[in-house]
Amino acid sequence: MATTLFTRKPRELSYNPKRPVWKEKPSALYQTVKAVVLIVFSLSILTPILLVVSTSLADTEQLVKAGGFVLWPERPTLEAYATIFKGPMVLQSLGVSVLITAVGTILALFVTITMAYATSRSVLFGRPVILAVLFTLLFAPGLIPSFLMIRQLGLLDSLWSLILPGIFGAFNFVVMRSFFMNIPGELIESARIDGANDWQILWRIVMPLSKAVIAVVGLFYAVGFWNSFFNALLYINDHSKWPIQLLLRNFVVQGSGAADQLGITTTPPPQSIQMAVVVVALVPILMVYPFLQKHFAKGVITGAVKG
Amino acid sequence: MNSTTEQAPALPEARRVPARAGGKTAAAGAKKRKRNKVPQQSFRSRLRRDKQMLLMMVPGVLFLLLFFYIPILGNVIAFQDYQPYLGIGDSLWVGWQNFVDLFGNPDFIHAFWNTLYLAAWQLVFLFPVPLVLALIVDSLVSTRVRKIFQSIAYLPHFLSWVLVIAFFQQMLGGAGFVNNLLRDWGMDPIPFMTNPETFPVMVVVQMIWKDAGWAMIIFLAALASIDASLYEAAAADGAGRWRRMWHITLPGLRPVIVLLLILRIGDILSVGFEQFILQRDAVGAGAAEVLDTFTYYTGVVGGGWSSGAAAGLAKGVVSALLIYGANKLAHRFGEDGIFAKQAR
Repeated sequence: MATTLFTRKPRELSYNPKRPVWKEKPSALYQTVKAVVLIVFSLSILTPILLVVSTSLADTEQLVKAGGFVLWPERPTLEAYATIFKGPMVLQSLGVSVLITAVGTILALFVTITMAYATSRSVLFGRPVILAVLFTLLFAPGLIPSFLMIRQLGLLDSLWSLILPGIFGAFNFVVMRSFFMNIPGELIESARIDGANDWQILWRIVMPLSKAVIAVVGLFYAVGFWNSFFNALLYINDHSKWPIQLLLRNFVVQGSGAADQLGITTTPPPQSIQMAVVVVALVPILMVYPFLQKHFAKGVITGAVKG
Repeated sequence: MNSTTEQAPALPEARRVPARAGGKTAAAGAKKRKRNKVPQQSFRSRLRRDKQMLLMMVPGVLFLLLFFYIPILGNVIAFQDYQPYLGIGDSLWVGWQNFVDLFGNPDFIHAFWNTLYLAAWQLVFLFPVPLVLALIVDSLVSTRVRKIFQSIAYLPHFLSWVLVIAFFQQMLGGAGFVNNLLRDWGMDPIPFMTNPETFPVMVVVQMIWKDAGWAMIIFLAALASIDASLYEAAAADGAGRWRRMWHITLPGLRPVIVLLLILRIGDILSVGFEQFILQRDAVGAGAAEVLDTFTYYTGVVGGGWSSGAAAGLAKGVVSALLIYGANKLAHRFGEDGIFAKQAR
């Protein structure tokens, strides 16, 4: 593997523009070290994922023989999944997670887009104020005051406590705003002359031009809502309102009272059931990842550079 | 920096303007600075022109007030003996007593030093990894290998900490994959996940696993922006691979490195909250108690609202001082840091 990764075609056959003539060919040792680092890092990421997915699909016999984990299911079976979806807990918490992710993302996009558009054009107060506000966002208000605020608003044990604190992210705002600022002012001025008001301009001109960045920011928010665990730990006591991450924490990471917590009597070994829950939390992320990956690097860099 | 702090309240101020169309102090100040060459429109006509824009800000400003600025003010309970049934208005003021108690509390002192200890580990061992990875990736000739590696390396950033810890448990936990293998080979299992002694190593490894690939992006972008002709000229003058890295690559990356270091230092006391809360039961409070978990267990779990808030506030103030100090230091070394954008 190490050799195939870095071999090049013989020099007379191809001139590789990526390696300019002045650049010496790296020594064999250096190339090996590079290859080893990259391969070890990649494998360390891929192996646990493979292990978890395979174990969730493995059948009882193979699992017992292997002592708990398998790297490849010989006779894949969906038994573990059938079992976890029989009990109410996993379905419920999936429902909660899907709900807060959907509602949260829509609200977050609304708040972020309106705020970003309004601050991307010069209004009553200008850039210094916005930068000052952004600067304060580097700090956090603190755990206890935030908790007291949620309690004061009467949101404890309500799904809103998982949604509202996450509907505005400084980073996403900066990315969105710097994108809007790059939209030519002439477009907006000409629409205004044609009689459009700011809402119409935003809806008909700015947003259609920004589909890509809106999609990326939306995905960032969605991933954030899907992954959020600590807010639920803080604000939610009612088991029926646990999002999937909290279920995962109590069921897999702490591993206590696993089966009865899910309201199921277990037939496949607990290992594969636990892994099935992990996979359920993992799959949505894997599904959006290719799309995220296509766009995020650009977004991140725009946000970081434009400030 | 100074002008920033003075202007911080200007946003809410200006938002309230439509209700009583007189006060134009803060807003007018900002306006003057913004367009001192353009002929001034009257405040009222600007207000009329911008009213839809201002309306658009309402949701965002409401959010900031409710979940950011008012909670920041809520930190005053650190100076009270806060009782939930009395509320902030009626609770007794106790001055600095909560802080005095905190610094006499061995648990807090332990959490404090442990935070610094873990932060030092992260700063020394975590910070260089993305840079090294970026240098390696940047030197790859094959675009395909580079793309494949990037796709793999970025992925864990999008997994929740719960998932990450679950993965680590399945791989390295007492009944995990690796220890099963060790037992099969007749060796003693190694308590990777529960040994308080090696916990800092584990923390750094987990962070590298989750975020090193992601943190690489920004270095890659910076590397791509270094002028290639510099390398060519240096090579023509006989500079080898390492001398080019030392004299061209690293100086080229310096602003980015400084910026990330400052942000990191400002964040240093938040060593990784979710990560610790998830593992505190496994390795024990001795190794995994940090300021944030102390705040959580004292305040929310234990009901000591005021001591919790005091601990949180102490942390916040120290973090702010650290950011400020690091930024000052960056300016001293001739770098932009984070606040330079105001000067431009």
